Amino acid sequence: MTTSPPATSTQAPPRPTLAVWKFASCDGCQLTLLDCEDELLSLADALDIAVFAEASSAVVAGPYDLSLVEGSVSTPEDAERIQQIRAASRRLVTIGACATAGGVQALRDFADVDDFLAAVYATPDYISTLATSTPISAHVRVDFELRGCPIDRGQLLEVISAFLARRRPTISSASVCTECKRRGNVCVLVAHGTPCLGPVTHAGCGALCPSYNRGCYGCFGPMESPNTTSLIRQLRVLRMSDVDIDRVFHTFNAAAPAFRDAGGQP
Amino acid sequence: MTAAVSAPNGVASCVIPPAGLDVLIRALRARGYRVVGPTVRNRAIVYEELTAAAQLPVGWTDVQDGATYRLERRDDDARFGYAVGPHSWKQFLLPPRLRLLRVRRTPGGGADAGQDGGDGARGGGTEDDGGYAGKNGGYDGSSGGTATAGPGPGRLDFEEEPPPTTRLALIGVRSCELHAIAIQDRILVAGRYPDRDYTARREGLFIVALNCHEPGGTCFCVSMDTGPAVRQGSGYDLVLSEILTGEHRFLVEAGTGRGAEVLAELTGPPAANTGVTTGSTGADDRTAAGGANSRSGDEPAPARPATSADWEAAQTGVERAVSRMGRTLDADNLRDLLAANLEHPRWDDVASRCLTCGNCTMVCPTCFCLTVEDVGDLAGGEAERWRSWESCFSLDHSYLHGGPVRGSSRSRYRQWLTHKFATWHDQFGTSGCVGCGRCITWCPVAIDVTEELTAIRANSVPGEPVS
Repeated sequence: MTTSPPATSTQAPPRPTLAVWKFASCDGCQLTLLDCEDELLSLADALDIAVFAEASSAVVAGPYDLSLVEGSVSTPEDAERIQQIRAASRRLVTIGACATAGGVQALRDFADVDDFLAAVYATPDYISTLATSTPISAHVRVDFELRGCPIDRGQLLEVISAFLARRRPTISSASVCTECKRRGNVCVLVAHGTPCLGPVTHAGCGALCPSYNRGCYGCFGPMESPNTTSLIRQLRVLRMSDVDIDRVFHTFNAAAPAFRDAGGQP
Repeated sequence: MTAAVSAPNGVASCVIPPAGLDVLIRALRARGYRVVGPTVRNRAIVYEELTAAAQLPVGWTDVQDGATYRLERRDDDARFGYAVGPHSWKQFLLPPRLRLLRVRRTPGGGADAGQDGGDGARGGGTEDDGGYAGKNGGYDGSSGGTATAGPGPGRLDFEEEPPPTTRLALIGVRSCELHAIAIQDRILVAGRYPDRDYTARREGLFIVALNCHEPGGTCFCVSMDTGPAVRQGSGYDLVLSEILTGEHRFLVEAGTGRGAEVLAELTGPPAANTGVTTGSTGADDRTAAGGANSRSGDEPAPARPATSADWEAAQTGVERAVSRMGRTLDADNLRDLLAANLEHPRWDDVASRCLTCGNCTMVCPTCFCLTVEDVGDLAGGEAERWRSWESCFSLDHSYLHGGPVRGSSRSRYRQWLTHKFATWHDQFGTSGCVGCGRCITWCPVAIDVTEELTAIRANSVPGEPVS
């Protein structure tokens, strides 16, 4: 039995620590955290932000309760660094298409990276890069993957709220069509003849593009059971060219297996 | 002189010009209804709130086939010259998203005392509340209102979403859609688990039905015995027949007492009206209607009694619709046919085409599956419970203890089709399909239930799976 005074019992319990990490990416998903304007104060109340380069250069040493990881692994150094981050993190959540599927930079997977280096850099010898751009899950265990290019603000808050409440995030992996129909939208594919990847794409954006009469271009990656073969037949009926079909699948989620295989070989 | 005459079957009726639809909408709005009907939005005819008849899809029609829907101009000014569109009335009776409950936590007392000492007095107070107030009848899932729960980490206040108070009037409800509403009524009002929100919306509902003269390319209500004529007494308050031959006009019949009251307002100023008869006086009547002289100059042309020519024209419109169904289906004993063909090779064939996107279930006017989700704020102080349309094509729909029961798209398509056409009979006493054709038109890859069922029937292989 201790006789020391209960010095800490009248203080708030320590808040969970949050770290935000960047790999090969554009920073857009991290910035979604700063876009949570109305919720920023609540976020800062609920979490100790230990690492977040987009907000502060101050860095608090780990371990961390929640790590949000943006970006893909594209260099030997990154392949090392993600191991350290995983070891220092209680929960690791990837945010966005790069971290979850390799990002647009995974187009290198379909070509020779040395050709790119020779074309872009005067002295390619200085560049140390991998031949592929791979998702975080190819390297370490990931507790949850949040889709999108960029991620959806509401979904990010849901994942953080779920983490704080120790429950599973409520994130549907069904098609964009379910969100589109719930919004009462008129289907752009059926009523306008506009090619749309909504039927094979993971929900989460709230059917943003179809709500503005644009076809979905798949930035949330494949839905839970994507039948790209069947949709591609219909895209051809709508006179989408094979080149355009390859391109629309080989963009932000080019290396997600269902979309990788849907696009043709370059 | 009366402005309305008896229909052949003795119900109140009259004939109004197209401008009379404005009188109808005004009369309904004056009675406190939010009027919802067809209008053109985004190159489709959808159901939205109407404040004037000019919002109706005047002169538009739709051309429909599997995975295609296009609006086209008609060569007349028909108001209802289209088939059903992407929306169904379930948009309004069973909303796509609905908040069910709000929960607020007030910190204080118990575990949080040290953290929030200032609220200690309030927190202490909850200790005396006697535990979960739900026991006291506050939150029992049907009574509405609020309840509190405590003690523990503060006080929890539950606020159930009150049932809607705005009454809806639907304009242009076709026979297939009346059947769909009746099917949802059986499940959500008269079923084992009545839905409070649906029941409230349904009870206040005023239905202006429409005899369908313009079936679409994917329609098959004749096969399902659900149209195109609105059946007398099928739950409507008024029913319209749009007559385009000769003078453009609408034959209006009342189906209920309150329908007859609104109809009376169409035939003359409410104060002066004596027009509606519900008796069986013989009615010929090419004579001009009364009531016209009492109208002010800016009023639309008056209503007049229906003539035998009007009834004949309305009947001809329905008969022409019967012969113009875009699809047909042999619906004879589909229940046993499907039950005997659960391993038919066609399931694999359709699974190779099915996107499992869920569009068919979302546009189906009878599909009623919902999912319920809780969302909380970052501070853990507020939570909400929402329900949304759900689809049996999602993996979540059959997720049980660690995995989905229907993992393959074959099993999901089979579940949908066999439920809709077969096991629905066992569960609810009717087919779940009304032949509206929406699932065919709005399937992005043109999967056609009439084709799938025909293929299964053509090669029925009861018992043994076919390799």
